[in-house]
Amino acid sequence: MSDQAYNFAYLDEDTKRMIRRAILKGVAIPGYQVPFASREMPMPYGWGTGGVQVTAACLTPDDVLKVIDQGADDTTNAVSIRKFFVATAGVAVTEATDQATIIQTRHRIPEAALTAGQILVYQVPIPEPLRFLEPRETETRKLHELEEYGLMHVKLYEDIAKHGQIATSYAYPVRVEGRYVMDPSPIPKFDNPKLSGNAALQLFGAGREQRIYAVPPFTHVVSLDFDDHPFSPSKANHACDLCASDTSYLDEVITDDEGGRMFVCSDTDYCASRRAGGHVGALGAPLATGKAVQ
Amino acid sequence: MYVAVKGGERAIDAAHAWLAEERRGDREISALSVAQIRAQLTLAVNRVMAEGSLYDPDLAALAIKQARGDLIEAVFLIRAYRTTLPRFGASIPVDTARMAVIRRVSATFKDLPGGQILGPTFDYTHRLLDFALMAEGDAPLAQTEAAQVGTPPAHIPHVMEFLNRDDLIETEAPSDATPPDLTREPMELPAARALRLQALARGDEGFVLSMAYSTQRGYGRTHAFVGELRIGAVAVQMHIPELGFAIDIGEVELTECETVNQFTGSKTVPPQFTRGYGLVFGQSERKAISISLCDRALRWQELGEDNIGAPAQDEEFVLMHADNVQATGFLEHIKLPHYVDFQSELELIRRLRAEAIAAREAAE
Repeated sequence: MSDQAYNFAYLDEDTKRMIRRAILKGVAIPGYQVPFASREMPMPYGWGTGGVQVTAACLTPDDVLKVIDQGADDTTNAVSIRKFFVATAGVAVTEATDQATIIQTRHRIPEAALTAGQILVYQVPIPEPLRFLEPRETETRKLHELEEYGLMHVKLYEDIAKHGQIATSYAYPVRVEGRYVMDPSPIPKFDNPKLSGNAALQLFGAGREQRIYAVPPFTHVVSLDFDDHPFSPSKANHACDLCASDTSYLDEVITDDEGGRMFVCSDTDYCASRRAGGHVGALGAPLATGKAVQ
Repeated sequence: MYVAVKGGERAIDAAHAWLAEERRGDREISALSVAQIRAQLTLAVNRVMAEGSLYDPDLAALAIKQARGDLIEAVFLIRAYRTTLPRFGASIPVDTARMAVIRRVSATFKDLPGGQILGPTFDYTHRLLDFALMAEGDAPLAQTEAAQVGTPPAHIPHVMEFLNRDDLIETEAPSDATPPDLTREPMELPAARALRLQALARGDEGFVLSMAYSTQRGYGRTHAFVGELRIGAVAVQMHIPELGFAIDIGEVELTECETVNQFTGSKTVPPQFTRGYGLVFGQSERKAISISLCDRALRWQELGEDNIGAPAQDEEFVLMHADNVQATGFLEHIKLPHYVDFQSELELIRRLRAEAIAAREAAE
């Protein structure tokens, strides 16, 4: 892909301006889904085209970009999106959460606290939190307009009646600044508390569904619950087998065909940083060299 | 130590190299050229141009080659390229009455001004494998009457004009409003008819075909006759401000279908036939007919018909699911890792099971 053939960060400037307008509107109305004229991107819908367009509209040549999928920098789709921006924007990339100015993510919020000035861009498959309760967009937009969220509470109540608890473990709905109910994208509900009061700007892009929404820094975000069934984040009841962290979200890894398994941090940068700092988990070896930087 | 999740980058590079090798195939066989695809797989090229929303036979042929013949993948390549092109203007509406027709048929009239022209069609061929095509050697040239080279295409009136003259068919009020464009603005519902037609023209041929077919089988029946189907090249004209008039900037091949449908009417309004319309790039007549049936079915509200709950009457359902690039992307994304979400589901199901088992044991 030569720099002659495509504009900086792939999209032409008019398109980026259109996306930035949608982002600004989203920031002005936290949690509101702003329709935008999503473009075809050279990766498939459902593979991060919304996030990629938001990132492309935000990127400047001085930015440092980090891309994660499932918390990890080295999953195939994260690698692919990072390579795309290296090729089309030539920006610096990093795996270190604290070095990045823009972090594009799929399904996780990094463990390390984000700081003012950072932008976290979420890839969103279905932006509408009410979609599986009401399939029609024309209806759900009306429900948001009227602030009519009874359907959602009934659904959560039915969960409790059936299972004794709210049986939603990811893409757990939240209410933003006391107004819009929002889908936080399919992050595990473990990550939900990090949405609220975050110093970073959080932007959500849904390409196929043509929606952008935002949670500005230090916005109050509440996970929906009931007084007698308060929201509780959950994770595997283990410590990381590599870095011994007992507070990070863990992936379960099958290690053999006899039921053997280990638990490791889903956030690879967090885990590597801890191991570099001398933390050793039950199955880990001390890290000999510094962590690989791309 | 666990390292299997590492190495994504090397795996991608290796997979792409393998893909390139598979695309080329057996090197004993000469490579397929883009020119060959353009000239000999014309209908595939047409489909990719129509669903890719970009009239460029060379690029469509390239996309087909690059996609190893996977036409949806080729459409995707064209869309991704199209999105990067700046838009510097719009043509004036093409005049399909001035089409240089290669095919023009009407199912409603035996003969009509301008004549019935069968053209290069599969219709009335016997679908028997022609093993001669497998052998080397060219097909003989078709006998054609001397073409009137250089003369501009005559005005060939639309069948609808005949019906319109006697007030037998509804009149579509002309409008100079700029039609909406779903590639520039997010789709808003309810959609105007022009937007629906655009979405259907870009939509997956198979999907639009099935929707149209369902109306024929009773799911929103509209009793369509093909009033006219015409295929040919039309001039594309653009108004140049510096000149003060419009000039030809090229031509595109189009297929246009107009259907005549069951009449409505009431005690006060005499019955009239109604219209369905389809327009699509290239020789794509199955698509054009399908669009016009879907168009007609989607007009139920405007024409005061009942919504019988048929899928083809449901604008939101049809428009939201017609695009194969959107559909295939989202469908195939479930190949991507979902282990974070799956992990949270694992924990939930284990907890629910533990509680249920404990409750059962306590009860026993």
